[in-house]
Amino acid sequence: MRGKDTIVLRDLTKIFSLGLLGRKKIIAVDRVNLEIRSGEILNILGESGSGKSTIAKMILRLLRPTKGEILFNNTNIWRMTKWKNIKEYYRRVQGVFQDPYSSFNPRRRILDILYDTLYNYFPEYREDKVSAKKYIAEALESVGLNISDIEGKYSHQLSGGQLQRASIARALLPKPSFIVADEPVSMVDASTRIDILNIFIDLKEELGVSPIIIGHDYSLAYYASDRIVVLYKGQIVEEGPPEVLEDPAHPYTKLLKESVPLIERKWSKRLEYRIGDIEVSRRGKGCIFADRCPFKKPICEQKEPPVINLGKSKVKCWLYASK
Amino acid sequence: MKTILELEDYKVYYKTLSGYVRAVDGVSFTIKKGEIVGLIGESGCGKSTLVMSLVIRKPPMILMGGKARLESIDLVNISEKERRKILLTKISIIPQYALDALPTIKKIKIFLKDIAKDKGVPEEEVLEKFMERARIIGLPSEVVNMYPIELSGGMRQRVVITLATIFSPDLLIADEPTSALDVTTQRHVLELLAELRDTGIIGSLIFVTHDIASVRQIADKIIVMYAGKVIEIGETEDIVTDPKHPYTRKLIEAVPKLGINYKKKRLSGLPGSPPSLLNPPPGCRFHPRCPLAMATCKTREPPLKPLNGSRLVACWLYDQSKGEQP
Repeated sequence: MRGKDTIVLRDLTKIFSLGLLGRKKIIAVDRVNLEIRSGEILNILGESGSGKSTIAKMILRLLRPTKGEILFNNTNIWRMTKWKNIKEYYRRVQGVFQDPYSSFNPRRRILDILYDTLYNYFPEYREDKVSAKKYIAEALESVGLNISDIEGKYSHQLSGGQLQRASIARALLPKPSFIVADEPVSMVDASTRIDILNIFIDLKEELGVSPIIIGHDYSLAYYASDRIVVLYKGQIVEEGPPEVLEDPAHPYTKLLKESVPLIERKWSKRLEYRIGDIEVSRRGKGCIFADRCPFKKPICEQKEPPVINLGKSKVKCWLYASK
Repeated sequence: MKTILELEDYKVYYKTLSGYVRAVDGVSFTIKKGEIVGLIGESGCGKSTLVMSLVIRKPPMILMGGKARLESIDLVNISEKERRKILLTKISIIPQYALDALPTIKKIKIFLKDIAKDKGVPEEEVLEKFMERARIIGLPSEVVNMYPIELSGGMRQRVVITLATIFSPDLLIADEPTSALDVTTQRHVLELLAELRDTGIIGSLIFVTHDIASVRQIADKIIVMYAGKVIEIGETEDIVTDPKHPYTRKLIEAVPKLGINYKKKRLSGLPGSPPSLLNPPPGCRFHPRCPLAMATCKTREPPLKPLNGSRLVACWLYDQSKGEQP
């Protein structure tokens, strides 16, 4: 089964209502169209407030979209009625979250939680404890852990890196096609981040599990991806192979590239961009980045830019529209 | 250049039920006037404890020995009254997550009044100074009448920076000042900190972080800590381009450069995890994770010694003659 599955996001939108009467609306995800194929590492890059975690939750079927649909092998996951089908979807699309300490119940042993996940999806293992243990040991091995490392331990007894590995192992137990990882390395020490990302790469190369990695780190996104999607205020502004980060087309991606501290270079000239208040989202008719963009043209504030195909990449910006 | 801060064999432990956690265990370095120093290391290496202990000392934190001088002030034997007096004027700190510590329902103006009362300065003077600083830092003057809850993360961090530098301290300590901020705001905050030094508003800056790429952008000098010890000190460019200690080398290698994709080159992190400071390993504390560890490293602790020029390294690799067991 693995290697054929697809997830298609069609006009995916999530609007949160705030305030006493729900009159204040926040558009967290704004008409996102994306095809996620198995066999590739997709990296969704965005700052806080870009809607990247909301997309993750919707793909994991933890949050219902306001508009639009998510198709898994052409079936709308929110139209599924039979629990059997829903459970099968959960089995095939697993999640790994930012803070491993809050992913595991602190009052239970990690190994017990792993057994629960296994029995939940494959009840036949209940009868065969020896194979169950062997299976869990294998999953742990594929993330670089030994069963003896976690046997009898609670989450507070492991380091952040070890626990995040255990959480990836847990996600592997149901034999998923996709693993949605929401900021999997942001709470892990800088010296071990690369190792956690390498696990996701190995999963793709060796087990055929396709990772969807969501993050905000520019050079880590470049490293661990086959395709990059740059998100700003809920919209995809640029999409393409990792190389788009080296030579970005969209002014927002350019701003990101200018802003990230890179170990190999020192900032020289001053930034021409305005400091943004991404939390306060004022939304006009035009481009969502218009208020911060140094290349702004009159049309940018009046009309929403189209998605323009640049060959290798796609960009949502008036600068590239043919005259 | 004048020395601002001098630490000698400085030790700060935590008292716990299972014994002493040796968070800062015999650290020596000096910081000169006008310098921006990056203090880097993994989480749990003692970097935050070290800088916090210079400003405030609360149980279970215990000062176990050594010297700490801020110009002519002895920070080890300072009285509580004196310590409060030098806070904000001589030494100031932006603690980690300080932007979240601003009281959400207290107007910035009220907060300034509290500071004025504590320092025994007229309120107007503090307000005036805040406005003047705010202008340099790029905060609109309306913020004094706003509640912190109304401000974005970047704005709140700028309020914290303004508050911390209001009396132009000789030494400002910033503990992970950018880690809670967005990438685009991070750059503004880092450049702002460098500007405060350039314009003489603050004397020197200690920038504490685990992000060596940020340190590279503004620091003149880097101090690397591992498991409660300083293991390497040097000029920023020297350390980044030619790290000497195996730990520093691994730390820099683990940060990917832009343009490296896994298909082109597989990178690797640092295997293992830092030791428990309750019972650190004998000899060099890095030896269990060090790819180049020798017999000596397991039994004898390497001293921090000058290597060439201004570089200091604590590693037996560079001191082999003395490293041999007698």
